[in-house]
Amino acid sequence: MNEDKDIRKSRILIAGVVIAALILVIKLFNLQIVDEEYKISAENNAYKYAMLYPVRGAIFDRNKELLVGNKNSYDLLVTPMEVSEFDTVSLCRIFDLDKDEVVEKFAQYKKDRRKIGFQSLTFLKHISAEQYGVYAEQAYRFPGFSIVSKTSREYMLNAGANLWGYVTEVSPEFLKEHPEYKMGDYVGATGLEKAYEEHLRGEKGYNIYLRDVHNKVRSSFANGAYDKKAVAGENLITTIDAHLQQYGETLMQNKVGSAIAIEPSTGEILAIVSSPGIDIDKLANIGKYYREIVNDPYKPMFNRAVMSAYPPGSVFKLVNGLIALQDGVIVPETRFPCSMGYHYAAGKKLGCHAHPSPLDFRSAIMMSCNAYFCYAFKAILENRQYGRNISNSFNHWRAMVESFGFGHKLGSDIPAELGGNLPKTSTYDKIHGKNRWNATSIISLSIGQGEIGTTPLHLANLAAIMANRGYFYTPHLIKYAQALNDSITIDERRFAQRHYTLVDTTWFPVAVEGMYRAVNSPPGAGGTARRAAVEGLDICGKTGTAQNPHGKDNSVFICFAPKDNPRIAVAVYLENAGFGGTWAAPLASLMVEKYLKGEVERKDLERDILEANLIVNVPVKRR
Amino acid sequence: MNTGYYHNKKHSPDWVLLLAYLFLVVFGWFNIYSSAIEPDSPVIFDISQKYGMQFIWLCTSLVLGILILYIINPNTYEAIAPVLYVFILLLLIAVIFVGRDVNGSRSWFEIGPVKFQPAELSKISTSLLLAYTMSKFNFHLDNMKDAATIACIILIPMATIVLEKETGSALVYAGFIFMLFRQGLSGWFLSFGFLMIFLFVLTMVSSPLVAIVCAFGIHLLIVGLASRNLSIAFLVNVLICILLAVIRPLSEWIMNMGSTATDAIASVDIDMNTRALEAESNILEKQDLVFGVLKPEVLAILLIVPAFVWLYLNCIRKRLHFIKYLAISLVSSIIIIFSVNFIFENVLQAHQRARIENLLGITEDLHGIGYNVFQSKIAIGSGGWIGKGFLNGTQTKFNFVPEQSTDFIFCTVGEEWGFLGSLFLVAVYMTLIIRLIILAERQNSKFAMIYGYCVACCLFMHVFINMGMTMGLLPVIGIPLPFLSYGGSSMWSFTILLAIFVKLDMENKRKMYY
Repeated sequence: MNEDKDIRKSRILIAGVVIAALILVIKLFNLQIVDEEYKISAENNAYKYAMLYPVRGAIFDRNKELLVGNKNSYDLLVTPMEVSEFDTVSLCRIFDLDKDEVVEKFAQYKKDRRKIGFQSLTFLKHISAEQYGVYAEQAYRFPGFSIVSKTSREYMLNAGANLWGYVTEVSPEFLKEHPEYKMGDYVGATGLEKAYEEHLRGEKGYNIYLRDVHNKVRSSFANGAYDKKAVAGENLITTIDAHLQQYGETLMQNKVGSAIAIEPSTGEILAIVSSPGIDIDKLANIGKYYREIVNDPYKPMFNRAVMSAYPPGSVFKLVNGLIALQDGVIVPETRFPCSMGYHYAAGKKLGCHAHPSPLDFRSAIMMSCNAYFCYAFKAILENRQYGRNISNSFNHWRAMVESFGFGHKLGSDIPAELGGNLPKTSTYDKIHGKNRWNATSIISLSIGQGEIGTTPLHLANLAAIMANRGYFYTPHLIKYAQALNDSITIDERRFAQRHYTLVDTTWFPVAVEGMYRAVNSPPGAGGTARRAAVEGLDICGKTGTAQNPHGKDNSVFICFAPKDNPRIAVAVYLENAGFGGTWAAPLASLMVEKYLKGEVERKDLERDILEANLIVNVPVKRR
Repeated sequence: MNTGYYHNKKHSPDWVLLLAYLFLVVFGWFNIYSSAIEPDSPVIFDISQKYGMQFIWLCTSLVLGILILYIINPNTYEAIAPVLYVFILLLLIAVIFVGRDVNGSRSWFEIGPVKFQPAELSKISTSLLLAYTMSKFNFHLDNMKDAATIACIILIPMATIVLEKETGSALVYAGFIFMLFRQGLSGWFLSFGFLMIFLFVLTMVSSPLVAIVCAFGIHLLIVGLASRNLSIAFLVNVLICILLAVIRPLSEWIMNMGSTATDAIASVDIDMNTRALEAESNILEKQDLVFGVLKPEVLAILLIVPAFVWLYLNCIRKRLHFIKYLAISLVSSIIIIFSVNFIFENVLQAHQRARIENLLGITEDLHGIGYNVFQSKIAIGSGGWIGKGFLNGTQTKFNFVPEQSTDFIFCTVGEEWGFLGSLFLVAVYMTLIIRLIILAERQNSKFAMIYGYCVACCLFMHVFINMGMTMGLLPVIGIPLPFLSYGGSSMWSFTILLAIFVKLDMENKRKMYY
C-alpha cells in the first residue's frame, strides 16, 4: 500500500516535470512562432534609422522680409555603451568643460547603464560652430561620441514675440496624445508657431543603415532605396508690416493695452501689439525665462488684443449714432440739448463735459457729447415701430450692433481670438426682472459702458468699417503659406468676402465727417482728438474714455487715414491711461504717420509717448 | 527489477546522465562564445575572453567529475555531510561580512583572481545533509521533531542567502518541497503552496475581493467534495462566475452611458463646462452609491460565504477528520490575501517589486526594469523556427540583452537555434531531471535516493526559473541556467552535485550485482 503510494508520488512528480516543460515550450512557441511583435522589434534593432530633421518653415512679413528664420545648432551625443577610454582633458578643452563634471556624468551613466542600454544621450546642447569645427577634426579620438545638427529659431527683428509664439521640445504628455511625434522633436507651443504647426513643421526623413552582428553600421540599406528625404516646412507670409509692428511695440512700452492697425481695403492686419509682451530674446531661450514670464503680474503671455473684453467707451457712439440714423429716429440735423449731462430721472444724470449746446449729429461726434447719444439711444429703443416692447426693440438694436462684428468672434486666423460680449434681453431680465427695465435702465450702453465687452480687434474692425463707409473684411494675419515647391497651401482669397453692416452706406459719410472734425477742427472748436492731427494726412478719429472699475479710466481711440481712399485703420486701447484724447489718440496718430509717411516728423510728441510710463497706474493683483 | 540489463555495465556511470551532461556543457560553451565573441580575439580558447575562461571551467569540471566518479570513496559523503554542511554555512555567513559587493549583493568571495559563490556549494551540502538526516533509522516526517530538523536544515542556509541579498538563489531551496513530498509530505501541503502563490498573483493583478471570492470558491469545492454535496458547490461557483463575468461589464457599460450623456452636455457649449462637470460628478456619485455597495464581488461574497458555512457545518456533523486543516487553509488564504500589500511594500525590495509589477503588466517600462526582459523576448522571438544559425544572432551581441552570457544565455540559444533548438534543449533538461527521478527510485540506499531527488529538485528549480525568466513567464530572478551559463562557481557546483549522484548510482549497481 505504502509502496504503491510512493510510486504514485514519483509519477506525479514526473508528470509535474513534463507539465512544466510543456508550459515552457508553449511559451516558446508563442514567442518564436506566433507572436509577430518581437520579430518586428528585432528588425528595429538590426536596422539603424538615422533621422533627418526638416527645416522649420520661416515667417515673413507682408513685404517678404524675413522675420523668423532658422539657425543651425549642434548637440553632442554620447552612447555610453560605445565609449571606450578617451582623453577627458582634451574633450574638456574643446568644449570648455569642467573635468569633474564630465567624470560625474560618466559615473551617472555607469550607474544607469542598464536603463540606458544602447541608447544615445545628449551630452551637451547648443555647441558653437567653432567648437564643432575643432571637435570634428579630432572626432576619431572620442569613440562613442557623435554630433547631431539641429536647427533652432532665429528672430531677425525685435518685434512680434507674442505673435510668433515659441517652439519647444515635446513633453511626455504631448507625446501621449500625438504619437506621430517622437521624443526630442520640436513643436510650436504658442502663437503662430502653434496655430500653423502642421504647415511649419515639415516632414521628417531617415536614412536606413544595416547593422552587422558586431553592431557596426555596415552599409546603407538597399542603396538608400527606402530612405526618405526630409521635407522642409512651409513658409508663412504674414500680413504684418514689420516696421510698423516694431514701432507699435516701442510706442506701447510701459503701457498696458493694445494697438492694432488694419488695412481697410483687405482686412489685413498691419500690426497687432499686446503690451506688455514677451521680449524676443526671452522667446529664443524660453526655457530659462518661462517661470519669470508666467509669474509676471502683467501676464505678458496674455494676448490682450484679441482676448480682453473692454467697454468700448465713447467710440461706441458711432455705432449708436449710425443705428439711430438708419432707423430714422434722428436725422443728421437733429439737435439735442446738453446741460453738463443727460437727465434721465429726477436728480439722476449721466454727466458730460463742457461744450456748446445744442449740437447736431456731426458736432456731437466731434465733441463726443454724452447727452446726444443718450437721446438717440432712447429713441432707438422707444421706436414705435417695435410696439413699445423693449425686448423687440432691444433685439433689433442688438442685431444691428452685431452686424458691426461685436459680440462674437470675427473669425480671424489669430490664435485664441475671443468674442467679447454683447448683452441679451435675458441679461437684463436677470438683473431687473422680466420686462421691468427700459431704455433708461440700460442708458450706459449709449456711450459704450455697462454690460458690453469688446476686444481691441473689434474696435480696429470698427475703424476699418468707418474707413470703408459701411463694410469690412475679416481681419487676418496670414496672407498665404507657401511650400518649398512654390505651391500655395493657404489661399490668399479666403478672406475676400465683404461683410456689410445693417446700416445703409449712405449714412456713414455723415459720421466720418464728425470723425474728421474731431481731429482736424481748429483750436477752441471743441474737437476731442486734436492731438492726433497730422498735416496732410486727413486722419479721422473718435476718442473714447471708458470707465475702469479698477483705477483710472481707459484711454481709447480709433481712427483711419487718409479720409479718402483710406490705407490704414488703427485702434488703440490703453488701460488706466485717462482721456482717450490724451494718450491713445496721439499714439495711434504716430502709427498712422509712421505707416503713411515712413518717417515721424512730430519728434516731441513721439518722445512724450515713448517716455510716458502709464503702467504705474495699473493696479496689479499680487499673489 | 530488470536484471541483466546492467550486467555488463556494472561499473559504468549512467550513460543518459553522462551524455546529457556533456552535451549541455559543450553546448553552453559554444553559446557563450557566440554571445561574447570579440572580433579582435575570435579564438574560442582565448582565455582573456569569457569563452576561453569557460573552456577552463569546463576542463576543470571534467577533472572534478572524474575525481568523484573514480577516485573518491562514495561512503565519504555520508560521513562528512554534517561537517560539510556546517563548514559551508560558516562560509555563507562569512561572505556577508567579507564578501565583495556585486550589484548590491554580498555573496562572492574574492581571493586573488579567484572568485566563488558559497551559495552554489551550499546546494550540495544541504542536499547531502538532508539525505543523511532523512535516511537515518527511525526518521519520520510525521514526527514533529524530525520535521522541525528538516525545516531548519533547509531554512537556515536559505535565510543566510537572503541576507546576502541573493533572493533568487534562496528561492531554489523551496524546490526541496518536491523531495519532501516524495518522502511522505502530504500532497495537501504542495497544493496549499500552489494555492498561496496563485492567490498572491491574483490579488496583485485583480483585487483582494476577487481573490477572496476565488479562495472561498476553491475551498467550497473541496468541502462539497468531502460532504458529497459537490453539485451544490459546483452550482454556486458557476453562479459566481456568471456574476463576476456579466455584472461587471454591465455596470461599466451603464457608467459609460452616464458619462457619454455628460459628454454630450459638454459639447453643446463650452461655457457650460462647469455645469457638465457638476452633472458628471453627480452621476458618478449616484453610481458610487449603487455599485459601491452592490459591487459584483460583494454580491459574490454574500452568496458564497453562507454556502460555504452551510456545507462546512454539514462536514462537522459528519465528523470528517481533515476539516480543521481546511479551515486553517482558508484562514491563511485570507491572511495572505490581505497581507499581499504589506509583503509587497515592506518585505520585497524595490527592484523585486518593479520586476514583479513588470511581469504582471502592472507597469510598463521598456527602458528601465522591463528592458532586460523586453530585449530578451525580442532575442528569443526573433529566432523563429530554426534560428539564425550559430554566430549569426544580432540581438544577443553587444549587450542588447544584459547579462547575456550568464543569466540570459538562453536568449542566444533561442535566437541562434530557434524554436527547434530550444525545444531540444528543454527536452534534454527534462530528460536529465526525469532520469534522475527514475534512477533515484531505483536506489537501494535511502541516502542515495533522497540525494537523487534533491539533485533533481535543484536542477528543476534552476531550469524552470531561469528559462521562465528569459521568456517573461516569471519575474527576473538572477540564477544561472545549469551547465550552460558562464561562471566557474555554478559550473563546478552543478558538476559536483550531479557527479556525486552518478557515483552513488554506480555504487548501487555494484552492490546489487557484484
